[in-house]
Amino acid sequence: MIPAAFDYVRAGSLAEAMNLLQRDPEGTKLVAGGHTLIPTLKLRLASPALLVDIRGIAEMKGIQVSENSISIGALTTHAELLVSEPLHQVLPIFRQAANLIADPQVRNRGTIGGSLANADPAADWPAVMIALKAELEIASVNGSRRVAATDFFVDIFSTALEPGEVLATIHIPRPATGMRFTYRKIRHPASGYAVVGVAAGVAVTGVAADVSIGVTGAASHAFPADVAAKFLVGKPLSRENIEEAARLQSAATECLSDRYASAEYRASLVRTETRRALLALA
Amino acid sequence: MAEAEKRHPVTIEINGTRRTFEVESRKLLVHLIRDDLGLTGTHIGCDTSQCGACTVEVDGLATKSCTVLAVMADGASITTIEGVSPAGSALDPVQTAFHEHHALQCGFCTPGMIMSARQLLRAHPDPGHDDIRHGIAGNICRCTGYQNIVRAIESLVAKG
Repeated sequence: MIPAAFDYVRAGSLAEAMNLLQRDPEGTKLVAGGHTLIPTLKLRLASPALLVDIRGIAEMKGIQVSENSISIGALTTHAELLVSEPLHQVLPIFRQAANLIADPQVRNRGTIGGSLANADPAADWPAVMIALKAELEIASVNGSRRVAATDFFVDIFSTALEPGEVLATIHIPRPATGMRFTYRKIRHPASGYAVVGVAAGVAVTGVAADVSIGVTGAASHAFPADVAAKFLVGKPLSRENIEEAARLQSAATECLSDRYASAEYRASLVRTETRRALLALA
Repeated sequence: MAEAEKRHPVTIEINGTRRTFEVESRKLLVHLIRDDLGLTGTHIGCDTSQCGACTVEVDGLATKSCTVLAVMADGASITTIEGVSPAGSALDPVQTAFHEHHALQCGFCTPGMIMSARQLLRAHPDPGHDDIRHGIAGNICRCTGYQNIVRAIESLVAKG
């Protein structure tokens, strides 16, 4: 399969990429890992006039772990997130989640920024970003702004990104002492995507003092499992309370239906995976 | 077509040799490797980034070359199965292990499988059984049931 014709430019800086994007926001696509975009081009589901290759932009790369926050350049690959020791020391959920994404070759090319900006309803990172209360730094010729991960995912393949904007950096507040996270998913056997995936974080001091949960795969976009979180805060993280939180969340979620999994099945998985994720932290 | 499609210069180091091409933006790396370079050891299986038959090393990382534009490889160093053991030289240890353990039947997936096994052993010099299975998860074999492929890779671990 061969894509339709397009022009190609390699951007050397974020400013250059933003300027190129600004000229024709509708006809221009950014490409980094290309592991969603290139298959889409080959199937001719997209036919941009111009591809701007952003892989070489140094300011959008790298992982910085500092005292109060963690910054991850949008161009960081899944493989880089998997092997990073400094990141693993503070947030082991990154290695755990990266290991569940696709396969080694795809992890070598695919980027976290690409995954988030593409907003596949079954992608893994969106759930993790929501649970971690990440803020996404978005750049354009008009300046930069930050959007909470919770508000970033709007609909199927649809985000808060406006035409001409670039997701540049992911900022994660350093988790409070005692806050632990986990990610798990029911993996689609062919695609490797999450049929349902749950990222959960809890801090327990006798009772659940803080609860943060992100769910992917279940609905049109990743979302925070606020119903479960609100139920649990202030209560002991007991099996009974976890069961009830998972049940309430499942009942409150409007699930997607497709050929592989019905809405009822996905709702059941929301309950199961939320319960399992929380039990792993109890 | 009314006008000729624009071409871009691409310079790659392929199996140790520097080569320059003029390519259309939409040309896939696997087509450059097979059609322009004649290195047909790199296979196209699914053409949808699933099967791994097209796996080559791009700057030392196992990569599905059906899902990379040739123009994006400009400046990269690429190793294909032909570069693993050039004509006249001895087989690479991974190739020898595949041969000794009968880790192939039809052989279609083998070049890609070998590239992934090489990456696995570089990243993980002492992989366990599960690590090996996880490490070759991006390569599909429809003949062997993977048993002998895993055994072949395990034999390299045992040898140290």
